[in-house]
Amino acid sequence: MSPKAGKHSILFDAPPYLASAATVAGPREGQGPLGPDFDLIYKDLLLEQKSFEAAERKMLADACALALEKGNYRLEQMDYFLAGDLLNQITASSYCAAKLALPFFGLYGACSTLALSLALGAILVAAGFATNVLAATSSHNCSSERQFRYPTEYGFQRPLQAQWTVTGAGAAVIGAEGQPPRITAVTTGKVVDFNQNDPLGLGVAMAPAAASTLLLHFQELQRNPSYYDLIVTGDLGKVGMALNRQILARSGYQLDDNYNDCGVMIYNPDLQQVESGGSGCACSALVGLGHIWRRMQEGELKRVLLVSTGALHSPTTLAQGESIPSIAHAVALEMGDGS
Amino acid sequence: MASIHPELNITEEDYQTMVKREMPRPPLWRNCIIAFLSGGMICLLGQFIQNIYLSLGFSSTDVGNPTVVTMIFLASLLTGLGVFDNIARYTGAGTAVPVTGFANSMTAAALEFKKEGLVLGIGSKMFALAGSVIVFGVVTAFVAGLISAIL
Repeated sequence: MSPKAGKHSILFDAPPYLASAATVAGPREGQGPLGPDFDLIYKDLLLEQKSFEAAERKMLADACALALEKGNYRLEQMDYFLAGDLLNQITASSYCAAKLALPFFGLYGACSTLALSLALGAILVAAGFATNVLAATSSHNCSSERQFRYPTEYGFQRPLQAQWTVTGAGAAVIGAEGQPPRITAVTTGKVVDFNQNDPLGLGVAMAPAAASTLLLHFQELQRNPSYYDLIVTGDLGKVGMALNRQILARSGYQLDDNYNDCGVMIYNPDLQQVESGGSGCACSALVGLGHIWRRMQEGELKRVLLVSTGALHSPTTLAQGESIPSIAHAVALEMGDGS
Repeated sequence: MASIHPELNITEEDYQTMVKREMPRPPLWRNCIIAFLSGGMICLLGQFIQNIYLSLGFSSTDVGNPTVVTMIFLASLLTGLGVFDNIARYTGAGTAVPVTGFANSMTAAALEFKKEGLVLGIGSKMFALAGSVIVFGVVTAFVAGLISAIL
């Protein structure tokens, strides 16, 4: 058994492997700077489906199929399916799970779902309850915009702190055996609510949650930011990233050039009109399972801390004047044997 | 009171100050000028269309209706073609304030909820954004009417 390294963190004795990973992306994401890292790029947002919700479902199914295919796994080898998305009642995941017929845990962590599913998958494998776990998440710009904000064709001036929901899906196989990277540690975040209420710039609401999880991770595992080649937050965007840096600096942790944010990395900020950056479950999924997983395979990155961030509000609570509670989960990915 | 987040060396109030400092400021002057020019262009187009209807024989009291209908049609068409939201990103209040903004909010909602059917989708969700404009428009008109009747 892996003892807990603190109230929030687990350091695995036998770190599970992130044995396979696959990403599928929408056209705008495909045109972005990380486009070459994705396994499949769709030409349009509907994927020949009758609705954006159905398109999101298809993306998730495609990502799962690709993750299995890339790792030479058969579906029957998977002990559990862990998935979540942004839609009400996480329908993209449930409809996808209906086709896979695996033991299924549906997750809701908003945009933190990637780290959440990887963490839980690693815990299941490390504890010996599973040999292989399929973890997946998706988001679709049009299905989430209409649910959380306005109809997609509604015209308005986006504020500079606004973020753009990423269209895409990512899936990964977490296995007791396989090829590195390994998931060496996880830090489970807690919900932090700093009384923010701007649904267009969620990075501002989520930055304290990201900072909380990062600080807990560094303190409980007695690590410094310099331990990692790359620390990435999920979707704080430019504005949230700056805020996160400042909160950490107040506690004496300087995030240097090895810190970035998936929302900032995924688009070309000058050309793609995304204001503060990307957001959504697929934001950390595409960057984490597409870009970072590849860089680790190629040996460019050895130690990465992925901190997916999620805003846990609903349009209803927001309309009733409540603030935006947020959460962040951290997953440490390391090449080699880990420790 | 002890903080429930002892790891965070910052209070909610301090964070609020930090957010205020970091929040990017919208280019107000630029937005105002673009809104003024684009809104003006739309009015100019409206006037042009009105003149056409006048030359077709509409009286000056009746000409407003076909003109507004034409403007609504154009805004809805652009919404359907997926162009309107791209324009409105730049023009802001310029396209939102005239009848074009109202048309866009209705057409966008109708398009969005078409997949949920005629009755529960288009019929009930079409006014999701524009509904309050109508409600408060009618209420304001009622109050204004009341005042004018009393005076």
